[in-house]
Amino acid sequence: MTATIKDWRDDIYKVFKDLDITMVSHVPDAGHTPLINLCEKDNEIDVVTLTTEQDGVGLSCGAYAGGRKSALLMQSSGVGNCINALALPNICRIPFLTLVSMRGEWGEFIPWQVPMGLGTPKVLEAMDVKIFRADYKEEVGSTVDAAARFAFNTNRSAAVLLSQKMIGAKQFKNG
Amino acid sequence: MIDRRPFVQKILKNRKPNLRVISGLGTSTWDVMSGGDNTSNFGFIGAMGQAIPFSLGLAKSQPDLRILLFTGDGDTLMSLGSIATVANHPVSNLSIVVLDNESYVETGSQPTATAGKTDLELVAKGSGISNSYTITNENDYDKVIKTIYEEEGPSLVVAKCQAKATPLVFPHSFDGSVSINRFMSSIKS
Repeated sequence: MTATIKDWRDDIYKVFKDLDITMVSHVPDAGHTPLINLCEKDNEIDVVTLTTEQDGVGLSCGAYAGGRKSALLMQSSGVGNCINALALPNICRIPFLTLVSMRGEWGEFIPWQVPMGLGTPKVLEAMDVKIFRADYKEEVGSTVDAAARFAFNTNRSAAVLLSQKMIGAKQFKNG
Repeated sequence: MIDRRPFVQKILKNRKPNLRVISGLGTSTWDVMSGGDNTSNFGFIGAMGQAIPFSLGLAKSQPDLRILLFTGDGDTLMSLGSIATVANHPVSNLSIVVLDNESYVETGSQPTATAGKTDLELVAKGSGISNSYTITNENDYDKVIKTIYEEEGPSLVVAKCQAKATPLVFPHSFDGSVSINRFMSSIKS
């Protein structure tokens, strides 16, 4: 990537700033790393590293009860960890936003990523989470903006699936 | 061993205006509700394991309030990792009181890990919450009050309780959206 091409993570960060999202929790994924770095440099954003993705659901809901908007960043493998926790924003009608970097779909190298990659949309739909999807860099900003507005304006849960095609499938080398 | 219900009621009696109380699902919520309906309480009736991260998010968002979480050993054991998160993203206004009866009383009193070899005070300390201690007598009530209102958090108090079933005391509403909006109104006002 050359310096003249803006990283799509910059567009997500801009949405966070535009919509006053001031708490960002995550179990890290390489696809989110540039965004996490941007948030960590920002004194107005609290970045919370979790030990399991489901805790980000409760953290987001508590932050909202206290008057702050937040977002949970995770890899698709973490979505399965969140299932029962998603009952909390659902039953309380608390806005909940998560950005999911997809694995197990486009040129995946690791077979272990495939089951939860395939299961991710089904699990989210099963818990009444509205799914938005970004397959191209150019649509990331508008998609995250739409998902965030959907969540915070209608008091629902929303997930943006950031496709592996866009993030790039890592090819591992042995040794 | 502490009789949990009068213990919780005593802590909540004469509560200060800056206190907000969260309770983990099940018996802890019935205990808090037994102290009287109050818009400054929010009780979980599901989403087991989420009370600690919820309280962390709330405490980070409302640094001028004192946040008190009552929850059980079962709920705490489901999210041990969240204790590490609390320790490493510390909030000085959060106190967690674990009503540890060493059993899943609501489902038939099956023993929890704390009936065996697990010590939640040591888990908290090992996770990085240095302000952690265990009480076994309700006479330690004054110490807990001091921790809740005055001491630098985060803190985790393990209150060893009798394992006995207590009457259910329902909240104002079982509808989470009603409960959370009522609770949020207590923060805005």
